[in-house]
Amino acid sequence: MSFAKGKLTAVMGGSGCGKTTVLRLLGGQVRANSGKVLFENEDISLLNNEGLIRIRRKMGMLFQFGALFTDMSVFENVAFPLREHTPLDEQTITDLVMLKLNAVGLRNARDLMPSQISGGMARRVAFARAVALDPPLIMYDEPFAGLDPIALGVTARLIKEMNNALGATSILVTHDVPETFAIADYVYFIANGKIAAEGTPTELMKSKDLFVRQFIDAQPDGPVPFHYPGKTLQDDFGITGATS
Amino acid sequence: MMHELVNRITRLGSFVRSNITGIGYATKMFITVIGRSIGLLKRFRLVSDQVFFLGNYSFVIIAVSGLFVGFVLGLQGYYTLNRYGSEQALGLLVALSLTRELGPVVTALLFAGRAGTSLTAEIGLMKAGEQLSAMEMMAVDPVARVIAPRFWAGVIAMPILAAIFSAVGIVGGYLVGVPLIGVDSGAFWSQMQGGVDVLNDVGNGVIKSVVFGIAVTFIALYQGYESKPTPEGVSLATTRTVVISSLAILALDFLLTAVMFST
Repeated sequence: MSFAKGKLTAVMGGSGCGKTTVLRLLGGQVRANSGKVLFENEDISLLNNEGLIRIRRKMGMLFQFGALFTDMSVFENVAFPLREHTPLDEQTITDLVMLKLNAVGLRNARDLMPSQISGGMARRVAFARAVALDPPLIMYDEPFAGLDPIALGVTARLIKEMNNALGATSILVTHDVPETFAIADYVYFIANGKIAAEGTPTELMKSKDLFVRQFIDAQPDGPVPFHYPGKTLQDDFGITGATS
Repeated sequence: MMHELVNRITRLGSFVRSNITGIGYATKMFITVIGRSIGLLKRFRLVSDQVFFLGNYSFVIIAVSGLFVGFVLGLQGYYTLNRYGSEQALGLLVALSLTRELGPVVTALLFAGRAGTSLTAEIGLMKAGEQLSAMEMMAVDPVARVIAPRFWAGVIAMPILAAIFSAVGIVGGYLVGVPLIGVDSGAFWSQMQGGVDVLNDVGNGVIKSVVFGIAVTFIALYQGYESKPTPEGVSLATTRTVVISSLAILALDFLLTAVMFST
């Protein structure tokens, strides 16, 4: 699996198939048991704590539910990476934070606490925080989960615009087909720990692959079975000779 | 029969191994916290904010408890001393009991129940809400940024709170002993002044409270940091903080008292 520089690549698949693990491997939060995880020609799995800190400065990550610091205001959340990693003076930090918050439409919510904003707004604040240092790699973990249609559209637009504006490499982990296909340059489908299919959204829309079709057409049964594997219905009810 | 025996031995082995592993992890974490505390010297504000926070959390409960413990010491002390005609030594008894023993121990138990549980829940919820992961991904070490400041804040706050407990307790003992029972005020204070040794009595109490501060704060933070990121996990970790801290305080108190008596 590779992620082209400057492109928006989506990793899709059912719940629990290991999509988020891909991001955690890239961020060095999970070490690979085998194989290599390369970022700028460095194997992330082999880095020590200092190496991870160095490489993570080049990454931004949007967590599924924002993961905002609950004891800090919206402003302070976005200012956090700037305060930690730059020697910028207070006025410059304020200007940068306001620009980031303006980009996500929340400049006037800067003094609110995370408990005072909606889930969609929290996602946008987390988005502003993730790109505060203009990282060359931005990872999005389920950015559309639990959002209303308006917030969903806003988030998708922001991801695409930010990718274009920063020229960053973006990795989008999601299972939301229409929004992802509208913005992604390339898509990987994961199932059973393997790449089940890959291609551009246009190619995948035309795919005859059963798994891809089940996923795109939202079919309840197919290569991913509806029933949890185990005994048959006949076995459980003690019916012999019956057809299923 | 044989199968059951094997099962029991397996369970015992698993229990022992997981506990040894747990102690190993905790020791490693403790060393990590100490090792990553150096940066706090440049950003002491992170520690002082937490000292204020933890102190505020526990101040009222510790002051009120100290007052009532002082009341009881005044009554019980008078009851015992009166038998030997030594009620004039009530001030000394109250002061020694509080500075050497009750001040550090009761403060630590209350601190574990009030601030310790709050620390565990805070760290546990930060973990459950992926805040610690987010910090990691922002190239900020959560141990250095979140755990270490809270640890040192607890270590600093404990002796201060124990001193407040003892001071308020002495006032409580005075209120019961002098205005209520009628012990001579001059004797109450002069016996105390003459009998309490700053180095041996107050100093030992301070050492105890610092050790309890290290134990309680670390246990609380470790339990939060290692808790499962679920509501049940955080709830279980909070309970474990109180149980383990209380037992650790009492065991350490015995050890420290034994060492202090022998020297």
